Amino acid sequence: MKKYTLKRIGTSLFTLLAILLVLFILMHLMPGSPFNDEKLNDDQRTVLYEKYGLDQPVPVQFVKYVGNMLRGDMGVSYNISKNTPILQLIESRLPISIRIGGCAVLIGAVAGLLLGLLAALKHDTIWDSLATVISVIGVSVPSYVFALALSYYFGFKLRWFPMLFSADTLFKSSVLPSVSLSMFTMASIARFTRSEMLEVLGSDYMLLAESKGVSGPALIFRHALRNALIPIITVLAPLIVDLMTGSLVVEKIFSIPGVGSLLVNAIQSNDYNVVIALSFIYSAMYIGIMLVVDILYGIIDPRIRLAKKGD
Amino acid sequence: MKKKVAVAAEATAAYIPVDTDFKWKENAGDISIDENFVAQNFWHDVFVRFFRKTSAVIGLLLIILITVFAIIGPGMNDFGYSDQYLSQKNFAPRVKALEKFGIFDGTETMKTTTGKTQVNYYQEKDMNDLYYWFGSDNFGRDIWTRTWSGARVSLIIAVAAALIDMIIGMSYGLISGYFGGKTDMLMQRFLEVANGIPRLVIVTLLLLVLKPGMLTIIFALMLTEWVGMSRIARAEMLKLKEQEFVLASRTLGANSFFIIFKEVLPNIIGPIITQVMFSIPTAIFTEAFLSFVGLGIPVPQCSLGSLISDGFNSFTTHSYQIIPPIIVMALLMLSFNLVADGLREALDPKLKEM
Repeated sequence: MKKYTLKRIGTSLFTLLAILLVLFILMHLMPGSPFNDEKLNDDQRTVLYEKYGLDQPVPVQFVKYVGNMLRGDMGVSYNISKNTPILQLIESRLPISIRIGGCAVLIGAVAGLLLGLLAALKHDTIWDSLATVISVIGVSVPSYVFALALSYYFGFKLRWFPMLFSADTLFKSSVLPSVSLSMFTMASIARFTRSEMLEVLGSDYMLLAESKGVSGPALIFRHALRNALIPIITVLAPLIVDLMTGSLVVEKIFSIPGVGSLLVNAIQSNDYNVVIALSFIYSAMYIGIMLVVDILYGIIDPRIRLAKKGD
Repeated sequence: MKKKVAVAAEATAAYIPVDTDFKWKENAGDISIDENFVAQNFWHDVFVRFFRKTSAVIGLLLIILITVFAIIGPGMNDFGYSDQYLSQKNFAPRVKALEKFGIFDGTETMKTTTGKTQVNYYQEKDMNDLYYWFGSDNFGRDIWTRTWSGARVSLIIAVAAALIDMIIGMSYGLISGYFGGKTDMLMQRFLEVANGIPRLVIVTLLLLVLKPGMLTIIFALMLTEWVGMSRIARAEMLKLKEQEFVLASRTLGANSFFIIFKEVLPNIIGPIITQVMFSIPTAIFTEAFLSFVGLGIPVPQCSLGSLISDGFNSFTTHSYQIIPPIIVMALLMLSFNLVADGLREALDPKLKEM
């Protein structure tokens, strides 16, 4: 297990490095430069390039960048807010995105689990069909349609919640974006929970547990749900990362000052360091979560641990 | 030995059977065909199972309906998708037969500081012969025409991207799974790197480097969406490649190319078709998402996403402008999902529902 974990961490680090390199090359292939103010003449531009080390060949820049990053320095912004360290720039925005994404995951996971459980326990009844209908709609209707509908009815018509995000009413104004983002997670989790639970409920060990005299919530939660949870974790993991960064449109609708809008601004204004840093953070989150899930998987389910020893 | 053969030949040569030696046995009543367990063609089975599922059939009908409208819709009235009549801005929907019932009669309720008022621009501007079925937008363009030509653009992009994804992802996954070992390791590492870069970054970079337009969007979608398909193809290949029919084919001297594409591929066509159907709504969504961020189809062309993005700017004042594209897109995505669900169950009834 230890060997497998170490190997897995090693490949993850290598993948991250490769992603960083690809990002670096992609950014430098881009047309235009970060300093496209028309007032600048060529000499001034050269000076600027020299100052930020952009005149050096890409491999040298890359090595320097990686070196700086290991010391916790992600460079400075060229364009969006001049000379602000990237970390500082992200620091103010990431918590908002994480907050909304986190709420969405929480709402989605809990509601999805309950919905899936309901559907599985009341299999082939009206509840089951209702849950299926909800989950099909949740999976197929894009989150920003929900966002628009919610902001129209609850924000504009009923005025229960503010239509736009503001830091003053933090809780109230994060309700609508979180709920609209959570729909997809909820629907996928509900579908997955339902099918997993149906399989577990039909298995022999459930029959055994029942014949031992276990019943009620203990049967469902300790014996059934626990076994059904393992595959659900794998579905949830990538959804979490997607939510944190993929909420761009929802961020625009509610005008949330999150990471997504920063990324688009940075790409459009050639702010190399911001783009690379943000993309890298996203990739690191994605790969990190996948790594944790893989290792967790082995800890939760001994069968997988044994199978992987053969590797 | 030779003698025996000669004798046998002589014996057969001696008598040649003629037609009259044979006659039909009258046993029509004895033959019974098992009607309970008739052997059936696989695709016929799939067909029957698919059409037994109501939701899938509804989805299919909706897709056909929307496609038909996407083809003929823009030509059904006299407006073009980029025709602007600046004097006819923000007209509410008005339909000939329905206006007598008090709906779709061109009036809309405006909220002002003094309260609600009913406005009818058609009467105000004295244009009683004019009918905008879905209303007109901020620039005086017909929303009916624009919705259907937007649906056309979105459908073309989604279907093209899904098909190209299928070809790339399928080949990648099949090859990676078939050869295994070092090849598989390398190809999977590459896939991990490609998958780790945020989709938004790849797509935006591409859209900035290339000229924005339909082809660029298809290309961008193609670059980002093939990963899922290749995973499925690889998993199926790993399942099948140890089976006897592959071994038999190899023993008969078939080369790898033949085994991958002629032996294994027909056996995994089911999951692949299902995955294509699932990737179409994803493509529609991604395209709409790009348009919404401002990286989509350039004006005056439109897609469902850009229409929603336009309508969003005035959705609290003229909400009829955003409703048609949103409904068409939601229905389109819903029905593709329903059809894909139905297909998955029809193609592999044993597969557990996900």
